Amino acid sequence: MAANPSEIETLVQNRKYAAGFITDIESDSVPPGLSEDVVRLISARKQEPEWLLEFRLKAYRRWLTMREPRWAHVQYPKIDYQAISYYSAPKSMKDAPKSLDDVDPKLIETYNKLGIPLREQEMLAGVVPDRPQVAVDVVFDSVSVGTTFKKKLAEAGVIFCSISEAVREHPALVKQYLGTVVPFADNFYASLNSAVFTDGSFVFVPRGVRCPMELSTYFRINERNTGQFERTLIICEDDAHVSYLEGCTAPQRDENQLHAAVVELVALDRAEIKYSTVQNWYPGDENGVGGIYNFVTKRGDCRGVASKISWTQVETGSAVTWKYPSCILRGDDSVGEFYSVALTHHRQQADTGTKMIHLGRNTKSTIVSKGISAGHGQQAYRGLVRVGEKAEGARNHTQCDSLLIGSNCGAHTFPYTEVRNPTAIVEHEATTSKIGEDQLFYCRSRGIGEEDAVSMIVNGFCKDVFKELPMEFAVEAQKLLQVSLEGAVG
Amino acid sequence: MTKLLEIENLHARIGDNEILKGLDLSVGAGEIHAIMGPNGAGKSTLSKVLAGAEDYVVTSGTIRYQGQDIAEQSAEQRAAHGIFMGFQYPVEIPGVSNMMFLKAAVNAQRKERGEPEMAANDFLAWVRHRVKQMKMDPAMLSRGVNQGFSGGEKKRNEILQMLVLEPKLMVLDETDSGLDIDALKIVSDGINAMRSPERATILVTHYQRLLDYVQPDFVHVLAAGRIVKSGGPELARELEEKGYGWLQAA
Repeated sequence: MAANPSEIETLVQNRKYAAGFITDIESDSVPPGLSEDVVRLISARKQEPEWLLEFRLKAYRRWLTMREPRWAHVQYPKIDYQAISYYSAPKSMKDAPKSLDDVDPKLIETYNKLGIPLREQEMLAGVVPDRPQVAVDVVFDSVSVGTTFKKKLAEAGVIFCSISEAVREHPALVKQYLGTVVPFADNFYASLNSAVFTDGSFVFVPRGVRCPMELSTYFRINERNTGQFERTLIICEDDAHVSYLEGCTAPQRDENQLHAAVVELVALDRAEIKYSTVQNWYPGDENGVGGIYNFVTKRGDCRGVASKISWTQVETGSAVTWKYPSCILRGDDSVGEFYSVALTHHRQQADTGTKMIHLGRNTKSTIVSKGISAGHGQQAYRGLVRVGEKAEGARNHTQCDSLLIGSNCGAHTFPYTEVRNPTAIVEHEATTSKIGEDQLFYCRSRGIGEEDAVSMIVNGFCKDVFKELPMEFAVEAQKLLQVSLEGAVG
Repeated sequence: MTKLLEIENLHARIGDNEILKGLDLSVGAGEIHAIMGPNGAGKSTLSKVLAGAEDYVVTSGTIRYQGQDIAEQSAEQRAAHGIFMGFQYPVEIPGVSNMMFLKAAVNAQRKERGEPEMAANDFLAWVRHRVKQMKMDPAMLSRGVNQGFSGGEKKRNEILQMLVLEPKLMVLDETDSGLDIDALKIVSDGINAMRSPERATILVTHYQRLLDYVQPDFVHVLAAGRIVKSGGPELARELEEKGYGWLQAA
């Protein structure tokens, strides 16, 4: 049967961005522009110790000598880094809240609109026993506005707070680990982040502790002309275990906004970190106006033996994405995993993938990447598998699939494989398929309407990744994809 | 009494290619019709046009189903009102389990008809019963729709879907092709199980073989976009012996 791409395209045309509202809240922003003074000002506002200011300044000076990477398969106009404001805090936050009760009700309202269970969860906890508890940290523009379940986590010995608070309360830990996975000179955006990062989450799970609940951070960019540069640091000591989820949204605005985050994960002996992302930054409209530039450096270090780091991401937002959550498999027998669903629609562009660096013996990595392109979306998978000289018996399996909806979108695959040990086994499988008119007709001839059929086919395609997400978030991710592909039929 | 299906002077094309050129066919409830004919005669086109495929354009003529002109009905509406097509080449839908697919189909049809969804337990029992009837491994229910199925398994799955959905008008497009004798027997049993005074079946086939197991009431020869000859079961045997040449020459 002949394909009729235009019809399928109309199905995905009218994508609605539900999180596109703006919160009208007074905020305290520094004027746009970047200089040593601004870096000093950020550090001063946050009352940081001298060593952290030094870290920022080193990064800033290095950044001045660096050039923006241009090798990714994306196109966007030159970013004016002097037009961005590097710090924005809701005004009422000036005297930081002592508890959630002190949080501006408008903020709470915002997070409620986003479906984030902030105070409700605290109240409902224990009342509805079959609902798993999730501790949440929320970052609004540049500052963290509240972390739930602190007490319960503290009883288990788990520290979960904003990174600013961690700098104040646990400076030794932050100093010991910050910048050890993603050094301040790592790349252009990581250096920028190291210079100006404002907030983010900090997690520390001590030796032998399984974190008693899922941890979660929601990031929200609200202010106009504001960049968001969050910094997340997660440390699991020997035999510790944590599952962490981040969610991201932004209001609908005509101009582009920059999001350049850094996430560092450290897993010591036999520790396990599961990091899941549901990223729904504003993607821009159907003509490519507005949207977030999502230039993010995420890296996990399996520092200990038999440690494990697993990245799961569902990426439906952002105008341009540049992101490669990676694992350094340093400890013998360590395991790295990357499960990704990325959707590009309208004029969205994504260059995303992972890096698996095998250094230790018998290290294993698994990559499952599912890319969906619709409209004029362009998507590239870029993945590096490197096996070092000493990585005896290293194994990698890569599965990289692309699904095209309509005929104006694109999917590209750039796999890089570097093997320096002859005992390594590296496998790469890739497929590209199209939602065909014949698949749709098959579903419709059984009574299933077009929209439901598209959503079902896409969900089937993503199944291998969704099953890696924590239960609750798998449902959320499916809904998000459904919304992202929603449109008027006929 | 109105016929279940009444096709009059049907013309249909795909692209610029006219394939059906004035086809007439009338099917009453309780009847089984076999449609035979040479390659390219329009057999598959007829099936797809009945099921509501949109890349085929009906240029003139009417299709009345249960007394109503269905020209404006979408494929999913036709399905909900009881038209089922068994595909010659069933497609694969990776990652969507057969169970999930059947459930989505049943509930979508019930919704369209204004009926409540089927309770999960009842549905499970119902599907298991049909799987057993088709002598299939229940483990197939958690596999992707037709994913990695052999040709024969795909055809069996078509009949399973039919048994679960319980349509009124079943249009089976070369369901017998690619089946070994055992599978043909099971598929035929499935088709026969659906035989009832309210239902009708149109078997599109190349071979007499299927008709040894499913007795048709009428046999039609479709050639060059039209029914050129109709008769009883004996016509199929005649075709098996003589081929189609003598009809086209006539």
